[in-house]
Amino acid sequence: MCLSIPSKVVKIDKENEVATVDTMGVQREASLSLMSQEDIKIGDYVLLHIGFVMNKIDEAEALDSLEIYKEIIDAMNEEDRQMAILEADECPNRGE
Amino acid sequence: MGLELKNLYDDFRDGNTIKAYAKIIKEDAKKLKNQINIMEVCGGHTHTIMKYGLPQLLPSNIKFIHGPGCPVCIMPKERIDHAYVLSMVEDVILVTLGDMIKVPGSNGSLQDARSRGSDVRFVYSPLECLKIANENPTKKIIFFAIGFETTTPMTAALLDAVIKKDIKNIFFHINHVTVPEVMRELIDSRDEHVDSYNNKIDAFLGPSHVSVISGSKIYEEFPRDYNRLVVVSGFEPVDVMQAISMIVKQFIEGRCELEIEYKRLVTYDGNLKAQELIERYFDKRDLFKWRGLGNIPKSGLKLKPEFKEYDAEIIYKDILPIGEIEDHKLCICGDILRGMANPPECTIFGTACKPTSPIGSCMVSSEGACAAYYKYGNLR
Repeated sequence: MCLSIPSKVVKIDKENEVATVDTMGVQREASLSLMSQEDIKIGDYVLLHIGFVMNKIDEAEALDSLEIYKEIIDAMNEEDRQMAILEADECPNRGE
Repeated sequence: MGLELKNLYDDFRDGNTIKAYAKIIKEDAKKLKNQINIMEVCGGHTHTIMKYGLPQLLPSNIKFIHGPGCPVCIMPKERIDHAYVLSMVEDVILVTLGDMIKVPGSNGSLQDARSRGSDVRFVYSPLECLKIANENPTKKIIFFAIGFETTTPMTAALLDAVIKKDIKNIFFHINHVTVPEVMRELIDSRDEHVDSYNNKIDAFLGPSHVSVISGSKIYEEFPRDYNRLVVVSGFEPVDVMQAISMIVKQFIEGRCELEIEYKRLVTYDGNLKAQELIERYFDKRDLFKWRGLGNIPKSGLKLKPEFKEYDAEIIYKDILPIGEIEDHKLCICGDILRGMANPPECTIFGTACKPTSPIGSCMVSSEGACAAYYKYGNLR
């Protein structure tokens, strides 16, 4: 019901308040009547729900999130590496 | 680096990120004094939690309580019966969203109504009503509108178009409901039973797309007046894990605040144009009955009196059934919607009640807790 889909704006028909959006390769039309005219530009990422653009995706915020995810994965991998080194250090058969 | 559409799908479902958050949460949870019960209000979150097996990744002192936030699940039989009766009117085409196809009323579902000769259309978008009305000028098109704040502005936008284009054959039966009112009701009604259920709601995972429209501001009262923190979270599994991590951090730091995890789409204020549309056309009802939860004050919307010429509830009031209808005796959807029981505790779960032949509403919608448990297995 509420699972809306991120899509990219490829065309805008200002007169009819309709955008053509690309959702993972599929193009369709979506109403812009919930958005202010100046809000949406071609190339914007938007959230689509039951035929309407609900909101624009804040690209900077999305990139910030992805940056945070990259950092926590790096931290996890680093921790795993350290653990692996420690485990190797405790290896009883070393030097044999 | 720029953002690609692919990032918005793949990176928020990335297994390594989910694992990394699981690790962080596990470490942090060791510092918790008590178990935390997190209610995910929204069925979309329930679906994600079950689909990705998130409970298995979390330490035992973090529990989910599934909330009532599925507009199909909470639709009482009385309202479905309204839709059924309206669809049976000779010159009426009843239009609703696809989610409503199988929901059982007391005479059967809208699918049953269709098999008995009524003209019911299930659409992807309310805007399809415009086309249907244009193609059927001698018919009356009634849009049976459902959903939380997420879908309310779309109904308002349809009415706006109907008025602007002066279309005479589109009418509305409004069943829109609001989230904060039901959250308040759940806290109030459950706190009386905490001793016996031991599942007090400590924190809420705020629904993603309700806040895309309404902003996070609608939850301000919960940390302030109820001492319950709220983190508005996206629907992807990484979003949910990040939001849980934020909730745990609030507990170990002794904070109780409203936070947004889903910053790429949610702001404090939300979509003001959509809110204006809602304000323009809708009033709050005094009471709206929720399936399994009963009447909740101010939790439903109706058309403002000045739009009564579009209001099917007023136009057809002589034929719409009144009176309360009991739910199926064996079905415990009510307890499930209150978070007092889990689906497998129901005696008919998976036997008499299945997605293909649902008895209770939580099995009808893919966002219902029972349907999610049935599809993805009972994980705890």
